[in-house]
Amino acid sequence: MAIIRSKDLVHEYIRRDEAGNVESIQTALDHVDLEVEPGQFISILGHNGSGKSTFAKHINALLTPSEGVLWVDGMNTSDDEYTFAVRQTAGMVFQNPDNQIIASVVDEDVAFAPENMGVPSDEIVQRVEKALKMVGMYKYRSHSPNKLSGGQKQRVAIAGVMAMQPKCIILDEPTAMLDPDGRAEVLRAVHDLNREKGITVILITHYMEEVVDSDFVYVMEKGKVIMKGKPRDIFTQVDELKSHGLDVPQVTMLAHELRKSGVPLPECILTRQELVASLAKIKNGGHE
Amino acid sequence: MNDNILIMDHVSYKYSPDTAYEVKALDDVSLTIKKGEFIGIIGHTGSGKSTLVQHLNGLMRATEGHIYFNGQDIYDKDYDIRSLRTQVGMVFQYPEHQLFETTVFKDVQFGPKNQGLDEKEQIKRAYEALTLVKLPDEFYLASPFELSGGQKRRAAIAGVIAMKPSVLILDEPTAGLDPRGRDEILGLISDMHEKRGDTVILVSHSMEDVANYVDRIIVMDNGRPAYDGAPKDVFSHYKELEKMGLAAPQVTYVMNDLKAQGFDVDTSATTVEEAKEEILKMLGR
Amino acid sequence: MLREITLGQYYPANSVLHSLDPRVKLFGTLVYIITLFSFDNVPLFAMILIALIGVIKLSKVPFSFMVKGLRSIIMLLVIAGLFNMFLTPGITLVELGPLKITDVGLINAIKMTSRMVMLIIGTSVMTLTTTPNQLTAGLEKSLGFLSKFGAAINVDFHVHDIAMIMSIALRFIPVLIEETDKIMKAQMARGADFETGGLVKKATNMVPLLVPLFVSAFRRATDLAYAMEARCYNGGEGRTKMRPLTYTSLDQRAYICLFMYIILFYAVKAVL
Repeated sequence: MAIIRSKDLVHEYIRRDEAGNVESIQTALDHVDLEVEPGQFISILGHNGSGKSTFAKHINALLTPSEGVLWVDGMNTSDDEYTFAVRQTAGMVFQNPDNQIIASVVDEDVAFAPENMGVPSDEIVQRVEKALKMVGMYKYRSHSPNKLSGGQKQRVAIAGVMAMQPKCIILDEPTAMLDPDGRAEVLRAVHDLNREKGITVILITHYMEEVVDSDFVYVMEKGKVIMKGKPRDIFTQVDELKSHGLDVPQVTMLAHELRKSGVPLPECILTRQELVASLAKIKNGGHE
Repeated sequence: MNDNILIMDHVSYKYSPDTAYEVKALDDVSLTIKKGEFIGIIGHTGSGKSTLVQHLNGLMRATEGHIYFNGQDIYDKDYDIRSLRTQVGMVFQYPEHQLFETTVFKDVQFGPKNQGLDEKEQIKRAYEALTLVKLPDEFYLASPFELSGGQKRRAAIAGVIAMKPSVLILDEPTAGLDPRGRDEILGLISDMHEKRGDTVILVSHSMEDVANYVDRIIVMDNGRPAYDGAPKDVFSHYKELEKMGLAAPQVTYVMNDLKAQGFDVDTSATTVEEAKEEILKMLGR
Repeated sequence: MLREITLGQYYPANSVLHSLDPRVKLFGTLVYIITLFSFDNVPLFAMILIALIGVIKLSKVPFSFMVKGLRSIIMLLVIAGLFNMFLTPGITLVELGPLKITDVGLINAIKMTSRMVMLIIGTSVMTLTTTPNQLTAGLEKSLGFLSKFGAAINVDFHVHDIAMIMSIALRFIPVLIEETDKIMKAQMARGADFETGGLVKKATNMVPLLVPLFVSAFRRATDLAYAMEARCYNGGEGRTKMRPLTYTSLDQRAYICLFMYIILFYAVKAVL
């Protein structure tokens, strides 16, 4: 069974004037159908305003559909009864590392969610330790979050979600405000969670390089899913991606340009090893 | 006329000097910046790149050494440091956070107003700056808080350009933007450099962004410039850059991989375009 | 410059003071402040000073770190001290033109400055050794009787909410201070002037600083509300604690020390 499934999901932001009359309606999500199997690593790509963050908030029941349905582990998110169960099943990490750390000490922050859930004290201690070890932040447990780097703060935020023991974790542009080191740290932590703990991951991003290792990619624009497929299938459509204001990794771009100039390269080059090997084959083949 | 617009002469900056917590953020830096140059400063977080540029317009004061702007020592007693700040314009990271006025236009006027220009000139400057950043004119009288992320950033950059600085420094101007927004901002900056001949200093940790636009790269590491030269020369040290937590553009790696496999290629390509030409040449097409 | 304010900051270390229950520390600080404002002779002052020095030693927080908090209010202290010195009637000791330093004035000035300095150092010992969360947990528990009392008379005192607000405020104080610094620099780069001019001009000059600061605080508040909801926050009801406050034998000993201090202090006060 799919852990997350949306059917004809629509979300409208309705602006009202002072008298309560509708001033404008903005459709942020426009009939989105999406399905995620347990244990998958899914990426949602799109530029700002494409609706991807609105979608993320739906999975966490922070927003509920205007139309259509979204199920998280079989629970309908529109049903108030399930709100907290949904949030525990699908934990959410946000973009700004500073604005999601609540406590002034790392381990107290990680304890925040289990405390809210009413978990007994000795179990909280275990959960916090486990969660911090998962993201490699255990040795910083008594530090102040203010002294940590952006990447470290995001890892604390991930631990804060993992302490709820969710099946799925949604990351809404977790690396947008980080430097390259921080970005790599966070991605490594997320991939480890997926591989080693079997946590389902939904990564929302606008960085192409980050989705290369996903199982499946959705590309969103203007509230609609406009492309979906394995990363390889998505990246071969360089011109289409460009037309939506998204870019592709430099190596894929180079391969695409070379192919346009008549070099018979295969269609799905993602890494520089693949490119170099293919070029070598062509060059050596030409000599024989 | 001397065409060195900015000179840093043995500049050091220490946090908490003479205590156990002393940290050297800048360590004996000497640099010259020529009029009209387009420079990229790269380095990982904490390498001293932001500290360096904040010295150039006098927002931070060196603990040792001298800085000369147009031949004048900015640490001279009677030097007008506030006027320096308007001549060396500084766009901070996430500049949209500094917007405060009721309309975009008034916000852009803030800098010229502080320069003591009369209202007519302020309006002219603001209009020119907003045109330069290509912000559609229906937004001029809107509240800056109603704009989208990319538009806000453009308005904020206009707020600095309106002072007509002869040097423009931008600290991570593309941070947090999506690819479309990033390309727009970088295109804008490069346009301004070309059309107006401004001296532009771009602080970034993205090698690929920098390689596409600038003529000179300064790599900061541990508070001092580790490399300083044309992108090609700097990226040829890609192995050393990696040790500093940086990386050359992906295409540089591709070219080096090809060379390592025994192909006769020039490894100096730093952009997709250059790499394509070189590979086509190698394949004899 | 703004970053040097240490009041309300936590200094991680492994000391007896750090491991004390926050309720003990709150009570201790209260006792300390009361005695600080009721001493009237030198032996009592010496006693408070010795107690303070002892506690500082126990805290393992470097003394220089505590004094840093004083820097920001040094002007205030000097002005208050001077007022006391010159404007208190008494026997004239020194005459400087129209100004007179009197004996009572001099004593008052010394008393008042040392009280202020010791008040700030003493309270920062508490905040430096207690995480804001422990502190609010201590307050919440200590004020728990208010909730019970409120329930009886059907009034909600929002003790949990207030504690939560406090802990969030403490968490974001350093963040907002850094932000202020950043915005100030950004506006200075646009030629803004925060230093010169009269009071009215200075106040209007603050607008470019205050508006972005408020906007940012609201943005952070919105983000934080989402983040808290996402982590199942639903008010104080049914909440557990990772480290519930329980008294240990260490706390008992601390309470005994505190009571001994009170008895000794008032005994000496009564005798002298």
